[in-house]
Amino acid sequence: MDLRSSDEAERTPLRSTASDGLKIVIVGGFGVGKTTMVRSVSEIRPLSTEETMTRAGVGIDDAGGAEGKTTTTVAFDFGRISLNDEMVLYLFGAPGQQRFWFLWDRLFSGSLGAVVLVDTRRVQDSWYAIDRLEHHGMPFIVARNHFGGPMPELEDLRKALDLSDDVPLIDCDARERESSKAVLIALVNHLYRLSTALEGAR
Amino acid sequence: MMSRPVDKEDPDRLYIVTGGRSRVDESSIDLVSLIVSECDPSPGMQSEHVKILRMCHNPTAVVEISAELGMPVSVVNILLCDLLDTGRITARHPSTAPVKDKLPDPATLKQVLLGLEKL
Repeated sequence: MDLRSSDEAERTPLRSTASDGLKIVIVGGFGVGKTTMVRSVSEIRPLSTEETMTRAGVGIDDAGGAEGKTTTTVAFDFGRISLNDEMVLYLFGAPGQQRFWFLWDRLFSGSLGAVVLVDTRRVQDSWYAIDRLEHHGMPFIVARNHFGGPMPELEDLRKALDLSDDVPLIDCDARERESSKAVLIALVNHLYRLSTALEGAR
Repeated sequence: MMSRPVDKEDPDRLYIVTGGRSRVDESSIDLVSLIVSECDPSPGMQSEHVKILRMCHNPTAVVEISAELGMPVSVVNILLCDLLDTGRITARHPSTAPVKDKLPDPATLKQVLLGLEKL
C-alpha cells in the first residue's frame, strides 16, 4: 500500500483544461531506442502498459505459434507532452513485432503519424514496420538512431529500406532532447505538407 | 512502478473485476480519451472504481489509468463504461477521431508544431 500511495504522489496531473489527446507512435525493433526517445521529450517518466488479445482475435492471427494460447499480450511504453492548455500529445513506443500489428487498429487508429526508428545494424527489422504502416495508411517518417561509429550515407539507407523519395529520412540521437524534438517536428511538418496538399486538391 | 505482467497473473482476478464481461463498445473510448471524475467514491464501491475516481480528479488518459492500475487497456475500458453509464465520470474524446486515410487538418497540426517548438 505504501508503494501505491507514493506512486500516486509522484504522478504529474494534467491541467484541468486538458481536453484533446493526440497520439504519435514510435515504432522500432527491440533495443533501437524507442523508450529512450520517449523519455528524452516526455514530461512524465515513461510508463508502460499492456493490451491483450483474446482467443477470438488470435484466430485471425495466422502467424503461427499462437495456437493453444487463450490470450496474446503486447506491452508498450508511453510518455506525454502538454502542447497547450487543451492539447496533450501522447508518445507511444511500440514494438514492431508481428503480433503487435493485430492490435494496431484498436490502439493506434487516429494517430497523427508514426516515426520508424532504425538501427542501421539491423535494417531488416524495419522492413516489416514500414510495410505495415503503408498498409494501414498511416503517414510516417524514418529516423536513424546513432549508435556511434561510422554511418553509411542516408541515401544508401533509403535504398536499403526501399523507401520512396517523399518519405523524410533523418538522423537523430534518441538520448538528446533537442534531437528527439527535431524528429517529432520533422514528422509534424511532413503531416502538415500532406494535409495542406490534400486541402488544396479539394 | 513495476506492474506484474498480466499474462502471468491469475486470470480469475481480471474476470472478477469486470464481472465476467468481455465486450464493450470499444469505439466510444480511445486510448487517449481524457477521463474526469464527476463525484467522489462512495462506500461499497468496487476498489478499481474507487481508484479511477481518485485518479481522475484531474483529466487522466485511459492509457495512464491502465498503467497505474496495472491492467490491460480493454479491461480498463470495461470499468470505465460502468462509470460512464452511471454518470460518475465524463470522457473528453480526441478531436482527431479515427477516420481511415484521413489526415488531421492543417490548423490542428499547426497547433501541435507550436507546442513542440516551445519544448
